[in-house]
Amino acid sequence: MTRIDAKFAKLKAEGRKGFVAYVMGGDPDYETSLEIVKGLPAAGVDVIELGMPFTDPMADGPTIQLAGQRALAQGQTLEKTLQMVRELRKDDNETPVVMMGYYNPIYSRGVDKFLVDAKEAGVDGLIVVDLPPEEDGELCIPAQKMGLNFIRLATPTTDDKRLPKVLTNTSGFVYYVSITGITGAANAVAGDVGPEVAQIKAKTDLPVIVGFGIKTPEAAQTIASVADGAVVGSAIVERIAKGESVADILAFVKSLADGAHRA
Amino acid sequence: MANDLFNSFMRGPDENGRFGDFGGRFVSETLMPLILDLEAEYEKAKTDASFWAEMDDLWANYVGRPSPLYHAERLTEHLGGAKIYMKRDELNHTGAHKINNVLGQIILARRMGKTRIIAETGAGQHGVATATVCAKFGLKCIVYMGAHDVERQAPNVFRMRLLGATVIPVTSGRGTLKDAMNDALRDWVTNVRDTFYCIGTVAGPHPYPAMVRDFQSIIGKEAKEQMMKAEGRLPDTIIAAIGGGSNAMGLFFPFLDDESVRIIGVEAGGKGVNEKMEHCASLTGGRPGVLHGNRTYLLQDDDGQILEGFSISAGLDYPGIGPEHAWLHDVGRAEYVSITDKEALEAFQLCCELEGIIPALEPSHALAHVMKIAPTLPKDHLICMNMCGRGDKDIFTVAKHLGFDMKI
Ligand SMILES: Cc1ncc(COP(=O)(O)O)c(C=O)c1O
Repeated sequence: MTRIDAKFAKLKAEGRKGFVAYVMGGDPDYETSLEIVKGLPAAGVDVIELGMPFTDPMADGPTIQLAGQRALAQGQTLEKTLQMVRELRKDDNETPVVMMGYYNPIYSRGVDKFLVDAKEAGVDGLIVVDLPPEEDGELCIPAQKMGLNFIRLATPTTDDKRLPKVLTNTSGFVYYVSITGITGAANAVAGDVGPEVAQIKAKTDLPVIVGFGIKTPEAAQTIASVADGAVVGSAIVERIAKGESVADILAFVKSLADGAHRA
Repeated sequence: MANDLFNSFMRGPDENGRFGDFGGRFVSETLMPLILDLEAEYEKAKTDASFWAEMDDLWANYVGRPSPLYHAERLTEHLGGAKIYMKRDELNHTGAHKINNVLGQIILARRMGKTRIIAETGAGQHGVATATVCAKFGLKCIVYMGAHDVERQAPNVFRMRLLGATVIPVTSGRGTLKDAMNDALRDWVTNVRDTFYCIGTVAGPHPYPAMVRDFQSIIGKEAKEQMMKAEGRLPDTIIAAIGGGSNAMGLFFPFLDDESVRIIGVEAGGKGVNEKMEHCASLTGGRPGVLHGNRTYLLQDDDGQILEGFSISAGLDYPGIGPEHAWLHDVGRAEYVSITDKEALEAFQLCCELEGIIPALEPSHALAHVMKIAPTLPKDHLICMNMCGRGDKDIFTVAKHLGFDMKI
């Protein structure tokens, strides 16, 4: 049982929805980013999604593209992103951390070495955007063997026929991408999302969390109410981009978490 | 080798889209159903005589195929060695080999009922070809082009606009082909229902590398027949320039099992293959990684971040290479070399002066390698190089490098 499984079991027992916050590791710089990450649990974040910057983030909109560029310009590496998790774990052994990004930096480090390092650092799960079920042999299966969750994205293009394939080898939770598109683009619509989530839930016992296109506490609440929780990324990253203080950023995160928790 | 199916180099990719360890389907879940759909449609079309009949008709009457195989007599004489032939794909409608592939993909798009076509382009040749075929069939066309390339290939930008396409300059990254491909993929995940992504080279997720290769293989198929007719035998060496690798794969593929044929791919060496990475020679200066849907050799740093290549030629300015080339390199069936900007410019000028052909900067790289090896080879050695594009689009770039003032 990973910290992710434990967290969702606890939320379920309490009858509460989860709130997942995404930030890019090393954005705007290592120190500030670490301070933000360390502040997320107290702001009500149930699961931390920590972005691993990549030069070519195919599935991300301008907001997260720029966050990655800022982080890389400040010298962020995969090693430093792992180091952030090690630092967090010094005071927090409970909040699950999911590392999210693209395959090449992991492949470049070496899958086995990365998995050993990630596990040792206190990472609980992985979301790797460019590894669909067809490429499960690459990282998904080895990660599961290491006791890390491999969280898969289900999307509006994932039809009934394909859903079982997407759910096989998925663990931790299912991340339902509420829109066809890139991060930070269109707004998620609860009316569209609800039935899709219900369809996925009919086929799995895993929690279903919805992300992409959720920008406000109100949206977090409405979307969380039709799922097991909501993810917000770009809206938080935008505030980091504007250079807001860590306190202001965390206050905004808290308002989002409160929104999701009201659901 | 040719008769032994199990040792054939022409069987790839496997059902997972792999050429050895290269290739694959490294895309987000949103795109996965789309590329599976495309694969199914392509498999159907491949064995459908009416599909190929439509292609053949358009190749003949719209593109102007077959393109000639031309004996470059004065160049041969000047270099004093091997007998040099050029496969004249620069004579195609729109001026490059790109349209061979575009026709295939657009016919497929029409069969799939897609109404909106997107494409990435570097030199602008693939963009122009796509805009052209879209105009012919009345399809909406959006072309993503790096802002840097928009600047250095201005004539092609205007051409695309004349043809009714929307050209979107891409400012992310350094604004070259890689970034254009990122934005095209982002468009595709956003517009999944009506959009067909027409990729311009033998890269991207399966089935693109195999499909684009198949469409471009008309080059090698014709060259083989034409060489047999002209010389009564196969060429000894075939040479092509490599950006993503489509003109090269098109020439190479039909020859892969002809053991006697030496195959050479020419990458863009930019300012020289050095530690500063001021080049685009993925095989000579890169290592395996995953980008744009496939595993292949990539220019990248120690942390797996993709590096921006550098080349005078916008069409070669790509940090990756098609996965089938990566495989052919590793199994040793083809050799890969690099040519610098300076060498390519010299070849460009020599070709203009000796043959009355203004080549594109891309095949000028292949020609520069011909210039290197031809003098060392006997007179009965037959070389076939792919003159895959004409240089009209490049005259401004070349003028700048030669210090010539274009203002009239
Ligand atoms: C004339 C010409 N040759 C070659 C290339 C490189 O592409 P590929 O390696 O796929 O043939 C381009 C690309 O724009 C081109 O315009």
